[in-house]
Amino acid sequence: MNTLNTMVTGEAQMPEESVIPAQEDKPEETVIEEGKTVGRPFTDDPKFKLRNVEVFYGQDRAIKNVSLDIARNEVIAFIGPSGCGKSTLLRCLNRMNDSIDICRVKGSLQLDGQDIYDPRRDVVELRARVGMVFQKPNPFPKSVYDNVAYGPRIHGLANRKSDLDQIVESSLRKAGLWEEVKDRLDATATGMSGGQQQRLCIARAIAVSPEVVLMDEPCSALDPIATAKVEELIAELSESYTIVIVTHSMQQAARVSHRTAYFHLGHLVEVNETKKVFTSPEHELTESYITGRFG
Amino acid sequence: MPTQKDDVYGDHISHNFNDELMELKTEFLKMGGMVEAQLENAIQSLVDGDGHLAEQIRAKDKQVDKMEMDLDEEATLIIARRQPTARDLRLVISVIKMVADLERVGDEAKKIAKLTIKLSEEGQAPRGYVEVRHIGTHVLGMLHDSLDAFARLDSEQALRIMKEDKRVDEEYQAAARTLLTFMMEDTRNISRCMSVMWVLRALERVGDHACNIAENVIFMAKGEDVRHTPVEEAERVVGR
Repeated sequence: MNTLNTMVTGEAQMPEESVIPAQEDKPEETVIEEGKTVGRPFTDDPKFKLRNVEVFYGQDRAIKNVSLDIARNEVIAFIGPSGCGKSTLLRCLNRMNDSIDICRVKGSLQLDGQDIYDPRRDVVELRARVGMVFQKPNPFPKSVYDNVAYGPRIHGLANRKSDLDQIVESSLRKAGLWEEVKDRLDATATGMSGGQQQRLCIARAIAVSPEVVLMDEPCSALDPIATAKVEELIAELSESYTIVIVTHSMQQAARVSHRTAYFHLGHLVEVNETKKVFTSPEHELTESYITGRFG
Repeated sequence: MPTQKDDVYGDHISHNFNDELMELKTEFLKMGGMVEAQLENAIQSLVDGDGHLAEQIRAKDKQVDKMEMDLDEEATLIIARRQPTARDLRLVISVIKMVADLERVGDEAKKIAKLTIKLSEEGQAPRGYVEVRHIGTHVLGMLHDSLDAFARLDSEQALRIMKEDKRVDEEYQAAARTLLTFMMEDTRNISRCMSVMWVLRALERVGDHACNIAENVIFMAKGEDVRHTPVEEAERVVGR
């Protein structure tokens, strides 16, 4: 079941960034108060409610006492230097970290008030509700149609071909790809450009009618035009879904998100309205990072 | 001037970015110094009836205008290249705005110089020079202090300048009343007294521009826009 699930949602991989804290700290390094987050980390009636979350890779504590709400239909960006834990936390939200043996998650993570890590929980169903798009576009070596239809098929979302056709078309339209591929749905997905492949992956994720879409640096491998198209798409998608996006690009976070969360060495330092973070952030570590004073 | 090392706008990973911001600040202060000198000379030329000095001021205004354009261009390039955020963004935006204020102060100095030349041709005005010197010194001080507040990112000093503006307005009103009275006493004085009136008006405007610069310094330092708000609001922001 797990292998099947991995195929649907894409690759599960070890985190590329190191979870060992950076050695070259400045001598006058600001002390971070553990568990204290500046700004507005909490919201009313959140989609996700995280309290005192800790994540370990073996002995290394990658996420340190993080508490955060993610609001319904918001786009929230996770930013921070390499190794800060943003991707790790992202992967907790749909339990992608389950496939990493040495990874342990503690604390409370709730989706719509229900514990994500409840052992009785159906992980496959969770990952249909909380979809994911990865950094490197990873379409299946199948046709465009079959890429999008795969999820609905295995989740039993469409009994008849006509229903499936409708889901595929609707997903491709929402991903802004329909006009480009409607006459070649049988073509192999791997023959498309990078930007198209990524939008196909987004279509694939939304074909199973998720409530949340997680995006881990979705535009890193794309050219500026494809990036712009995906960013436009994110704005449209947020009307229907909650979106959590990890990004290395300050400008992208500033463009696409409503709130921005800054992570530093596993701590959640600041969460604020994006416009505030990028014009007058509250915490000096946030300001140092976004102004390029340290990476 | 703080060195790049201890300047709050230094310390980027990109040394080129540091250099660009330092350059922007330095050039802005240079323009500020130039404009201060223009204004000081303009007031002096009026009080001394020095037409020759006034001509020099008029000629030098072109340099002030050129500095405005150069600074705007530099700021634009920084935005294009660096997409600055947070305090860097506020610095660049503020410089663009303050440069416009400095250029207007330069224009006011030029206006005063022109009036000096006019008065030296018509024969000096019988009254008003004491007021010109008094208000002139006052607004010169405000301008100097506003540039100093910028250099040191001192929002408290900026707040003091904002509070001065009201006093300048009051002094201007009083001076205008005095001149008016004098004009009514003898209508032959009108033309020359009006020239002095325009000088006082120009000086009052300089006070406004110094105030604008101060408001921008508060924005740079505190991240809040205090334009068009009561002074009490600015006090709250500065006290944060």
